[in-house]
Amino acid sequence: MRTIDTRQIADCVASLAAKACLRLTDGCRAAVARARETEEGAARFALDVILENDETAQAEQIPVCQDTGVACVFIELGQEVYLTGMVLADAVNEGVRRAYRDIFRKSVCDPITRVNTGDNTPAHLHVEIVAGDRVTVSFLPKGFGSENMSALKMLTPAEGMRGALDFIVETVKNAGSRPCPPVVVGVGIGGTFDGCALAAKKALMRPVGSQNPREEVARLEREVLERINGLGIGPQGFGGKTTALAVQAEVIPTHIAGLPVAVNMQCHCVRFEKEVL
Amino acid sequence: MKKLRLPLSKEDAAALCAGESVLLTGTVFTARDCAHKRIFELLDADMVPPFPIKGAYIYYAGPCPAPEGMATGSCGPTTSARMNAYAPRLLRLGLGGMIGKGEMSEEVRRTLAETGSVYFAAIGGAGAFYAHAVKKSELVAFPDLLSEAVYRFEVEDFPAVVAIDSRGKSIYQRG
Repeated sequence: MRTIDTRQIADCVASLAAKACLRLTDGCRAAVARARETEEGAARFALDVILENDETAQAEQIPVCQDTGVACVFIELGQEVYLTGMVLADAVNEGVRRAYRDIFRKSVCDPITRVNTGDNTPAHLHVEIVAGDRVTVSFLPKGFGSENMSALKMLTPAEGMRGALDFIVETVKNAGSRPCPPVVVGVGIGGTFDGCALAAKKALMRPVGSQNPREEVARLEREVLERINGLGIGPQGFGGKTTALAVQAEVIPTHIAGLPVAVNMQCHCVRFEKEVL
Repeated sequence: MKKLRLPLSKEDAAALCAGESVLLTGTVFTARDCAHKRIFELLDADMVPPFPIKGAYIYYAGPCPAPEGMATGSCGPTTSARMNAYAPRLLRLGLGGMIGKGEMSEEVRRTLAETGSVYFAAIGGAGAFYAHAVKKSELVAFPDLLSEAVYRFEVEDFPAVVAIDSRGKSIYQRG
């Protein structure tokens, strides 16, 4: 058994959040830079601003986007780890509270009264028990301009992958200019209603542009990306070739009666940090 | 890029075409979901809104807190479509225009054409970039809304794209 005080996890969450909100991931920046070469007019202007914005944020250590998001925290907890100290969820919230205290926006509120919780807690926490004695903490600040455009559909096996592909493309088309394109499209296929949505969110934690190791899924990612970029929505909806930077799908087994498909939209501002304790 | 002063003169507004890039200088008021709701409650009760609507420009934004030495923290635009329900009435009350990101409803487009006002798109996600275009910031109303409060921003050379012009032509309508 390895003993870890959850205070260490609070520190880790605070430091990951502080880093994540100040920069685009390397994969995201590279994808935007590539897209910039293919666009012109207002679309190119938008991508130039996005790249300059990333440099400014890093140089001045201020958030790359004012929507510093809901704090999505994923923890892979080795089953040989013995946690001491405060309850894990409290430690995670403590880390979020600390990171968001000064120059990050507090964007979490009660859905009914709309009263702000004032410290960006609670975090959206997922814990998975895995083998070993390590703890992996991932931090994804998720903005809601794109989250709002996400969708889930319970398709039938008869509709099959053709129906799934159409649904993904339709979701991006309906979102139009609203989710801050060029987007990254996280897709979950299979599982249950909730598991499918979680798979879509996990897909967003992959490096931008990475392929699913399963060849038929990678093929699907490529096909959907091509169709989405044929829509012409373009950067910020100004028209152009780049509506999506990437389509990233995760597939999990489902029930013989069903075909759940979830589309989790991510704006061009992909922020993500991970650390192994 | 064309440099413009807010509020726009009738001639300036009329000369703008959807798709054009511009640099805006002048006063804008930040307001998003909750602030709009409160402004409408005040208007419905015949009370005075926190700033004169006539001739004003609303920036759909909820900034981050300001770091030391800066007027504001990161402050890119938020999704304008959520304010579709509010924009037409404000435009009819004389609102000069809006700055936000993404398409707005057909009703908003028609109202802009009717009132000769302009909707500008700032580049979404560019929070750090836009913080530098804000030279002064002052809290005007609803401090309990934190980042959703109304702030008066003095902006200088604030880059934007004409998204819907005063004739109702939209950059988001294609084909």
